[in-house]
Amino acid sequence: MRYARVTVRYKEGVLDPQGTTIQRALSDLGFSAIESVRTGRTFELALAEGATRETVEKACRALLANPVIETFDIEMPA
Amino acid sequence: MKFGVVVFPGSNCDYDAYTAIRDALRQPVEYLWHADADLKGADCIILPGGFSYGDYLRAGAVARFAPVLEKVVQFARDGGPVLGICNGFQILLEAGLLPGAMLKNSNLRFVHRDVYLACENRDTPFTCGVAEGAVLRMPVSHGEGNYYAPPDVIDMLERTHRVVFRYVTRAGERTVAANPNGSINNIAGICNEAGNVVGLMPHPDRAYEAVLGSTDGLALFESPIKALRGEPCEA
Repeated sequence: MRYARVTVRYKEGVLDPQGTTIQRALSDLGFSAIESVRTGRTFELALAEGATRETVEKACRALLANPVIETFDIEMPA
Repeated sequence: MKFGVVVFPGSNCDYDAYTAIRDALRQPVEYLWHADADLKGADCIILPGGFSYGDYLRAGAVARFAPVLEKVVQFARDGGPVLGICNGFQILLEAGLLPGAMLKNSNLRFVHRDVYLACENRDTPFTCGVAEGAVLRMPVSHGEGNYYAPPDVIDMLERTHRVVFRYVTRAGERTVAANPNGSINNIAGICNEAGNVVGLMPHPDRAYEAVLGSTDGLALFESPIKALRGEPCEA
């Protein structure tokens, strides 16, 4: 089975209070060298015969990412 | 005229909207089941609050693929009045009927309290009956009500008076403290270009009877009745 991996992240400039909270928590734990955190999501898509990068891109635009606030990256299987 | 309240799996404020209309206003109202592409002749559509589809992926993201939504989108494109309350507003955003998106509340808390709203556009079928200068009190109850849109879209909304509701203090001032979720410009509700589609995060469906603490939400359900009858729609 081939898998594509999609990462959905907030666009630059979109507030990510979860990321900020996580960075503060890390800092409290002693990880002062981690200066910022931005959160995102990954999706692992099992691809049947015939599914191409275009298929995955369309899925991202149609549902997986909200284009107003999110961008996505696709990793297709080798 | 008849109201239609859409019900998705996970909607939990459908009954509130339904009783506001049926009991407080004594108007015909029907539930519209998500899986049926049928608006049952409703003249005014309400998308209620709740957690449709568990807010899976993003709040409102999955609801837009429900069979009934296709009909709602067509109804809206034809000029029919559509009111999205809370999750309903999130659905309108995801469906592209209104611009922008919702982020998690900036303080990362689920906020559940009364807010005060300035009504800045009384030209919609849902606000024509709101008194000029009125400050409305009603509850919010949400974890993702932080309205966001890119700067040029916010500019456009402000310039064209499409910000219908704004969080203010009881005295009507726009302050940070009055904003429960960090929304840009304290935006609580907006409308589409034609003004027939309105979305807001606060709950008029929980402010329709004195025992609930406020009746300020009633005007949002009364207005379309007057508007659709062609009656003068004033407070």
